[in-house]
Amino acid sequence: MSTLFYLSSLVAIVATLMVITRYHPIHALLYLVVSFLAVAMIFLSLGAPFVAVLEVIIYAGAIMVLFIFVVMMLNLDKDTALQEKQWLRPRVWVGPALLTLVLLLEIGVLLVRGDLPALQLAVVTPRQVALSLYGEYLIAVELAGFLLMAGIVGAAHIGKHKKESLHRFLREETDAHEASAGDAREVHTGDGEGIPEKERKTWQL
Amino acid sequence: MTVFQHILIVLGVLFVLLTIAAGLIWVERRLLALWQDRLGPNRAGPLGIFIVVADTLKLFFKEDWIPPFADKWVFVAAPAIVVASVLMSFVIIPFSPVIVIADLNVGLLFFLAMSSLGVYSIVLGGWASNNKYSLLGALRGASQMMAYEVFMGLSLMGVVMLTGSFNLQDIVAAQRSMWFIVYQPLGFILFFIAGVAETHRLPFDIPEAESELIAGYHAEYSGMKFGMFFIGEYLGITLISAMTVTMFFGGWLGPGFLPPWFWFGGKTAIFIGLFILLRASLPRPRYDQLIGFGWKLLLPLVLANLLVTGAVALLLKK
Repeated sequence: MSTLFYLSSLVAIVATLMVITRYHPIHALLYLVVSFLAVAMIFLSLGAPFVAVLEVIIYAGAIMVLFIFVVMMLNLDKDTALQEKQWLRPRVWVGPALLTLVLLLEIGVLLVRGDLPALQLAVVTPRQVALSLYGEYLIAVELAGFLLMAGIVGAAHIGKHKKESLHRFLREETDAHEASAGDAREVHTGDGEGIPEKERKTWQL
Repeated sequence: MTVFQHILIVLGVLFVLLTIAAGLIWVERRLLALWQDRLGPNRAGPLGIFIVVADTLKLFFKEDWIPPFADKWVFVAAPAIVVASVLMSFVIIPFSPVIVIADLNVGLLFFLAMSSLGVYSIVLGGWASNNKYSLLGALRGASQMMAYEVFMGLSLMGVVMLTGSFNLQDIVAAQRSMWFIVYQPLGFILFFIAGVAETHRLPFDIPEAESELIAGYHAEYSGMKFGMFFIGEYLGITLISAMTVTMFFGGWLGPGFLPPWFWFGGKTAIFIGLFILLRASLPRPRYDQLIGFGWKLLLPLVLANLLVTGAVALLLKK
């Protein structure tokens, strides 16, 4: 099990490095997916199958798809890659990298001294996760639910908009509907405005 | 079970699945022809079954072309993802009491995880082709599969509540007295609809919609790369049928005079037939209708199903 752990950790680290160094956003995101899958493997090798599968379903399978979905629509091409290249000059990354190097050395020292606790391999079943979520941490779960609900309501509010221009066929439908409802509000379409009444009727057929 | 037996099971399952996926080419065309009052492929071999060989050979010998404007690596990876993710899902399916590759205790969740990774094949295939129609197909595919994944997971949770386990062998064993279709009829219908949408088969083949998007996300693919999408679709049908049988129709359970794998295979074949019948008989909905149908009708129904199941389970327990 610990071999699997170290192997998947290595994959996770390499994939995450690739995320940072790729110039093309979609390629970076694909490496991020690989990184999430590797993290799922880490969870699995530590005896948390439930968290491992949720990691794949939620992060790799849902959130990253949405990221790629958005980036895909932005139609980024060579210009973005060039910009990214300019941003990734050594002057920018050398400071954080030096600081991280210190942390890496610390980890190295800790590993060499070898007084770390051994890997805990206790399997946590889905039942245990559910019981603690809906027992001990009930308030936290409900608060998270509130937060998500607020997000959904907000998205629904932003996403909802009344159509201002309708296709001429739909417009006649709406007109008829509104006339029957006793509301004579006019819908401006700008399309088919100059067409004689007679001709419009034939189109409807 | 020895390592050798395990490897034998893996190879056997792989062989059977690939044979089924190829054989479905013939089955689908013959059945469609039957329901549409024509003959279908009937020349090569007995009943035209060698059409499978002809089709496969054709796919292999077509020029395997990568468009110069495509993103090469992603373009090549996309068709592999669909087949890999579907084949991985078969790992947890119990074909009989002994023929199961991995008896995971989170088996059902593993299936959902793999099917959620399948979205990447459409999204990446469509994007890497660098073609407007492909991109539109990819966008549609992504939002369709994201939406229907939610109901697919939730519609199975009723069964999990009744069993108290994510393990598929446990779920099959719990149906010894009565199949879950009796307790979860709504769950079955919702799962099957979600399954059709998830495999993006007609009537829900919005991502490829050949009448409006040419072939959608795989418009630029040719040769065996297209073949992978093709095989992936048939494997997906087989997977959803097998899952339906396992979750709602007692899996390998059946009268003892025939072996369990026979019952499993037979039941699965019926659902594969149902998939093809759906294709033969239903028109394709519009894209916004499909998404609206999902979020506005199926989601509330799925949640209600979950609520009622939970309430009844709690009531009977006391």
